[in-house]
Amino acid sequence: MAITYTSGEQVEVYRFSIPATILIPLAAVFLQAFLPLRFRFFSIFDLPLLVTIGFATARRSPLAGLLTGSCIGILQDALTHHPIGLYGISLTVVGFGASSLGIKLDVEHSGARFLLTIFFYVVHEVVYFMIARGLVGLHMEWSWPHELLSGVANALLGVLIFMLLDRVKQRT
Amino acid sequence: MDVLGRYRNLIVLVGVLFAQVLGLAVQVKRTTDDESTRLIRIWAVGTVTPLEKALVWAQTSTGNIWHNYFYLRGVRAENRSLKQQVEKMSLERVRMSQDADQARRLQALLAFKEQFISETMAAQVIGSSGSELSRSVYIDKGYNDGIRPDMAVITADGIVGKVLRADPANRHVALVLLIDDQTSGVGALLDKTRLQGILRGTPSGEVVLEKVMSDETVPPGEMVLTSGGDGIFPKGLLVGTVTKVSPGSELFLNIRVRPAADLSKLEEVLVVTKIDERQAEPDQTGATRAIDILADRLPKVPSKPENAVKADASGAIAPGTVVPTTVAPTGSDAKPKAVPAEASAASGTPTAQKKAGPASSSGASSVTSSGPKATAAGTTTVKDSPRPVKATVEPKPQPAVEDSPH
Repeated sequence: MAITYTSGEQVEVYRFSIPATILIPLAAVFLQAFLPLRFRFFSIFDLPLLVTIGFATARRSPLAGLLTGSCIGILQDALTHHPIGLYGISLTVVGFGASSLGIKLDVEHSGARFLLTIFFYVVHEVVYFMIARGLVGLHMEWSWPHELLSGVANALLGVLIFMLLDRVKQRT
Repeated sequence: MDVLGRYRNLIVLVGVLFAQVLGLAVQVKRTTDDESTRLIRIWAVGTVTPLEKALVWAQTSTGNIWHNYFYLRGVRAENRSLKQQVEKMSLERVRMSQDADQARRLQALLAFKEQFISETMAAQVIGSSGSELSRSVYIDKGYNDGIRPDMAVITADGIVGKVLRADPANRHVALVLLIDDQTSGVGALLDKTRLQGILRGTPSGEVVLEKVMSDETVPPGEMVLTSGGDGIFPKGLLVGTVTKVSPGSELFLNIRVRPAADLSKLEEVLVVTKIDERQAEPDQTGATRAIDILADRLPKVPSKPENAVKADASGAIAPGTVVPTTVAPTGSDAKPKAVPAEASAASGTPTAQKKAGPASSSGASSVTSSGPKATAAGTTTVKDSPRPVKATVEPKPQPAVEDSPH
């Protein structure tokens, strides 16, 4: 069973060094802006989202999770020509949700991480869709097959990224 | 206090979300960035783009070394084929320059003001916005290089977009909004049917031509050009090709367009930094045509005295005015000696344009008026203009002719 319910006492909480906390999200945003120009297929991935989920589930602190998500999202927004806050809000929700779930579930296994990433990818897309359409007035199209396929692709990459993050996280 | 402690995380979440929603609402309401959002953008762009620039530079340098010094296979064959192509194109150029000369002459007669790109700046695409919903790219030229918002961005294949942001704080970086973004809009027209519309992007990244009425016929494969109506792109630049036409919402067609420039593989672009507007002038260096020589050798109408002009304006001939002998005589079978309007129009020589006034209709001699004013007012109609005839005589130095551009 990949996902197991764990009590608060059993949960291990990790932290990241300051350079890792700053440089990893920056690298994610940078690669997200750079790679799709060279490799068109890469635009299906959302590296900042994966890093937000990875940080949030490792730290297991809702406060840290939402602040991390908020900062990464605002940084991502700043590179677009849309108002700042679209990614900010959705990643804040994802950061909070992922860290809250990280307390309740054992997310050390790849299977659990895979499912968690698909779930939060869809949550992110739903929140983004609602804000972009309702608040900013952008025209958007929703396609469940596309979202689910993208979710699976992101989850596969997410599993690899979480394994890399495991190498830099430190036990508190 | 206990409640606050228990729900601390939730309260912070609601607070952060509320602040962001509020900020978003304020930005949506405003048309320009306020200072705080501008600063965030400056920091973000200032952090990310230097890395992108460095990587692009490294990639380009490595590619150049490889292609210029090592990978030279097939260059000789390619050179031969290019030489043949140059010869073929030289012949084509001669033919096209003649057509262009004729077009210029006609444009001059119609006082046609053409827009042309007088200055461009090459720029390298260094990064994207990183979002599928924000189809924009960053280029390595910015405010300090003379880039300003609303400048057109093109490639050799077709238009790309317009400069959206060029901030003095990010001196060598500018944000370019691509034509396939849903917030972009380009004035466009169809090449053959001359139907005008607005080119927009869709959320899925396709490009559509809007506002073309559904009762019009638009064949797939037709080229789409810029109309110049948006004030950003000069008229006549290639936009793309129509791929699919279907009935759209309301009374308009849904015309899908494939952009001529490959927007997903942009590497180098040209920013149009200066657009000039000039009156078309016939090219004086081109080959002289027989009809031009003939038109110049025919007698010309001398300039009218001032009182004649006044009389002309009032429709009567002033007393004491000497009527030139070359004016059109009355009578239905009388043949004027002046150059026919069609011939002069085609030749680009604004001579002897007949002005029908009350005097002529009442049997008096009609007074001719000449000069650019008549054409500038748009009164010259060019119908059945003769096809250009190649001169069979050697071009001789032309006699000085008043009011003639030749």
